[in-house]
Parts: sequence; structure tokens; C-alpha cells
Amino acid sequence: MHFDDLAHNWGPLTASGLAQGAIYALFALGYTLVYGVLRLINFAHSEVFMVGSYAALITWGFFGLDENSATPPATEVIGYVVLGVLVAAAISGITALVVELVAYRPLRRHNAPPLAFLITAIGASLVISEAVGVATHRNQRGVPPLIQPADAFTIGNTHVTNLEILIILLTLVMMVGLDRFINRTRLGRGIRAVAQSPDTAALMGVNKDRVISLVFLIGGLMAGIAAVMYLFKIGTTRYDAGFSLGIAAFTAAVLGGIGNLRGAVVGGIIIGLFENYGSALFGSNYRNVVTFVVLIVILMFRPSGILGEALGRARA
Amino acid sequence: MSEPHIETPEWEDETARRPVDEPIPADPVAGTVPAQRAPSDGQALLEVDNLSLRFGGVLALDRVSFSLREGEIFGLIGPNGAGKTTCFNALTGVYKPSGGEIRFRGQVVTGRKKHQITAMGIARTFQNIRLFPEMTALENVMVGADARHKTSVISALFRLPRHWREEREGREKSMELLRFVGIDHRAGEVSRNLSYGEQRRLEIARALATEPTLLCLDEPAAGFNPAEKDSLLKLIRAIRERGITVLLIEHDMRLVMGVCDRLVVLEFGKKIAEGVPAEVRDDPRVVAAYLGVPADAA
Repeated sequence: MHFDDLAHNWGPLTASGLAQGAIYALFALGYTLVYGVLRLINFAHSEVFMVGSYAALITWGFFGLDENSATPPATEVIGYVVLGVLVAAAISGITALVVELVAYRPLRRHNAPPLAFLITAIGASLVISEAVGVATHRNQRGVPPLIQPADAFTIGNTHVTNLEILIILLTLVMMVGLDRFINRTRLGRGIRAVAQSPDTAALMGVNKDRVISLVFLIGGLMAGIAAVMYLFKIGTTRYDAGFSLGIAAFTAAVLGGIGNLRGAVVGGIIIGLFENYGSALFGSNYRNVVTFVVLIVILMFRPSGILGEALGRARA
Repeated sequence: MSEPHIETPEWEDETARRPVDEPIPADPVAGTVPAQRAPSDGQALLEVDNLSLRFGGVLALDRVSFSLREGEIFGLIGPNGAGKTTCFNALTGVYKPSGGEIRFRGQVVTGRKKHQITAMGIARTFQNIRLFPEMTALENVMVGADARHKTSVISALFRLPRHWREEREGREKSMELLRFVGIDHRAGEVSRNLSYGEQRRLEIARALATEPTLLCLDEPAAGFNPAEKDSLLKLIRAIRERGITVLLIEHDMRLVMGVCDRLVVLEFGKKIAEGVPAEVRDDPRVVAAYLGVPADAA
């Protein structure tokens, strides 16, 4: 136990934990959205994330950027980052849509039992990660040094980096945008209607298949953005990068109350923070132990998660 | 009791039974079907033709046929378990009939998806209220209104002006409908907090928001006291005034007789009577179905 470490480094641990948590939150949205509408855990979501990270790296590769490149001038960096985020979001979104069309929709059409969906979810996940694994010779790939971590400001011993600010701000913007989309637009209303009562929604003219596609698409977009943030924070990606991160994100979704969008954010941030506090306190080997003890303890008292309510119940 | 407006003999409808092929809209979801039409041109709006529905060994509907004319209030009555709600479910795409056909304005309804049937202009309420419980009353109605909107995913995601215009129009239309059913003062309340009677009215407003030509009401007066029933009666008449044909399932004979132009009586999945209320009320088979027949008198 290193209480003094924790106390001394509390500020920096919190800053980096928030950034990590923001990535988990964006990632967790895909799990929680799909679950809210379909009552299905989309295990292939971790691969949607991984594909997004490669999409950004390949895009930068077109411009001759790799991990050994020099940092381009600031104006170009902005362009590259924006482009990387857009491409990653688009490719992740498309991947999620394809997974829904190929792995889930045919089963829904034939009224398959829930276990069948679980198996195809795991199957889709393995197919994608193994395909990428074979194509990349299971090597990891580094990120071009687009953003050199630098202190943006300092409070006491807490150095908050430009990257952490970027990640947290971007997540905040995406979350507010998504929240408004779900609560104030026609399509968002359709999503909530299907989440609350799928058959009634269809009888009131809501196209269920379209809502489901939309939900996969949004989850994919968010995962793609999370993937780029992850690349900047961690520096590399690999065919199995989605797996462990996916478990953390899924944990965040359950912790916050699966099916609840704001819950995914709360859960993500709690997981991000406690991972950091836990590794400081017990050593980094205990990182996951701490995370899951937190999960178990919270679920003991709030079995449906911190904001445990269905997506349909999320209100403005 | 008012006389039915036009008494067209059943056989005269033969010409209307197979109308000139209307061009089938390429995509019924897009809502190309005109929402409302002038009432009482006497043409068959809905034709239920030898409809059968089997659940395992039970024949819930046995070759039931009837047809609705535009602008009428048509009753579907019968004792519990007669197959009334089953009939609604077949009509709105919840169940797939095992035999027979349903045509709406000459287009086959059977086999279409639920949201497509809604787009064709058929809306319904439920015997056991099925609102979106965590949405406000206004939002519930707006879900129905959304069925008639055309903004694409793209324009909603990027919030183009057209999306906002439709959103505002949908909101105004939904408020108007809440006012029409008399619960506009509850617009902002989460629907599960509404009273039972308000919830029933909200279901009607939500169904009306899909701009139906045919509104199917499944026991809208269930659990109502006489005063509430009277005001419901007025509401149903006002709905017809808007040019909407009404198909009504109801237990309360007084309500049915007071509001319906014509009705069909089902018992054990079979049609046992059809006609204007006065005829049906005196039909011995109907009396027997409702009151039971003493064994020795049968």
C-alpha cells in the first residue's frame, strides 16, 4: 500500500484518469446504445474500435506519416488530426453497420433465441480481429508523432497535458451532441420509442430496422473517435487492442447502468479514475483487480448500475 | 340514435371490392399515401375477406369477412375471446393470418410490416394501454407524428433547417391533437404519471398523429365511468368529423349502439351477425351470445 504515493500524485492521477475514462466513455456508448434497443451485448464492438484505430493510421500513412516521421507544422497537425478522426469514425461506423447486417439482422428475421446472438457476436469479434491480425502479421503499429505531449497548464504538481485536454473536451462535445440528438430529434425519439416498447413503436410507424442500424452507426462513430484518442494516448495499436479495452468499456457501461447513455459516461470516468488510483495504491499489477472490485461493490448496492435505468428512460 | 348515413346494400359494393388499380407507392414508408380523404363517398375502405387465424389447434378467426366504407363508425363486438383483438392484430401486422386477405383501399395489407401498414394510413390504440412510459405526453404523440416526416438520417444528424422545421411542425401538430383529445394541459408530463383516462386519450392522440384514414380503437372505454364514456362518445364522433373512418372494438353495448353506423358481431372466431345497431340488437343469435341461452331453450 502506497498511500503517500496516492496522496502525493493525486492531481496527475486524476487528470490522466479522466482522459482515460473519457475514452472508455466514448467506447462504452456503443455497448449501451445497442443494449438499450436490442438487449444484446455486441461483443464485436471492441473490434469496431480496433478497426477505427487502423483506419486512422492507414490514412496518415497515405501522407507518408509513420512513427518515425518528424512532427509536421501545427496547422498541418490540425488537418491530420481532424482527418484521422473523421476517417476512423466513418470506418468504425461502417464496420458496426456491416456487423449488424451480417451477424444480427438475419437472426432477428428468423426470431433466433438470445443465445444465438451471443455466439454470432463472439464469432464476428473473432473474425474481425483475426483477419486484421493475419493481415498485419500480428505486429503492433506505432502512431506518427502528431501531438507532442506538452503541459497546457499546471496546478501545484499537476501537469495537465494538451492531449488530456483535447480528449476530455472532445468527449464532452460528443456527449452533449449525442444527448441532444437522442432527446430532441425525431430519430432520437424513434430510438427511445423502440427502447421502451419495440412493438408499439413499430405500430406507430417507427421503422425498427432503421433505428437499429442507426444505433449501430452511432456506436461505431463514437468508437472510431475513441480509437484515435486512444492512439494518441497509448501510441500504438494491435489487432487485439480492442479486447482488453473493450472489457474495461463494457464494465463502464454496466457500472453506469447499461442502456443509459449518461451512465456510460459516469461509468467510464469512474473506471478511468480508479484504474489510476488503484495502480498507485497497490502497484500497476493490481490495476484490473481494483477496477473489478469497484464494479462488484457498486453492483452489490446498485444492481442495475449507478444510473441504472433503460436508455428509453434517459430524458432531457 | 342516428340513422346510418348511406345504406348501400352489401352487393352494391361488389364494384368497389376490386377498385381500379391505384398506383402502388414505390415506398410505402415514405408516406406517399394521402393522409385523409373526404368522408362518406361510400367506397369500401377496408375489406376483410375470409380472414382466418389459427394458433396451434385453436381457430381464433374462422373465415371472417366484412367491409368498411369511408367515413363510417364501424363496431366490432362480441363476448370475451370472440377474436376481436385478434382481428385488430391481423389488421395491423402483429399476427400473420393463416388464410384470407385484408385489403385497404384495394391494396393488400396482409404480409406487410407494421410500420408500412401505419404508413398506408391505419392506426390503432391498445386494449391494455401501451404508451412509451418514460416519454412526455407530447413526445408520445410526436413519435406518431414522426411517421409522416421525411427528414433523412443525414439531415437529422447534422440538424439541417428542414429537420428543425419538421420538428416544429410536428410539435405544433401534436399539441393540437392533445388539445383535441382534451389533455393538452398535461403535455409536459411523463406519460406514466397520467391518469388512466388521460392515458387512454393520449393513445388516441398518438394514433391520430400518424394521420390515419382508418383508426382502430380497441376497447377505448374499458374502465370508464358513464360520464367518461359520454365524453369518449363525443370524441369518437369528432374523430369521424375529421374525415377518419373508425373501427371500434367495444364491450359496452350502450356505447356501441349509440355511436356505430354498422357493426359486426363475432363469437368464437366466427361472424354471427352484421348490420345496423337496431338489427343486430334484436338478432336472436347476438342475444344468445351475450346473455347465454338456457339449455332447454336452445
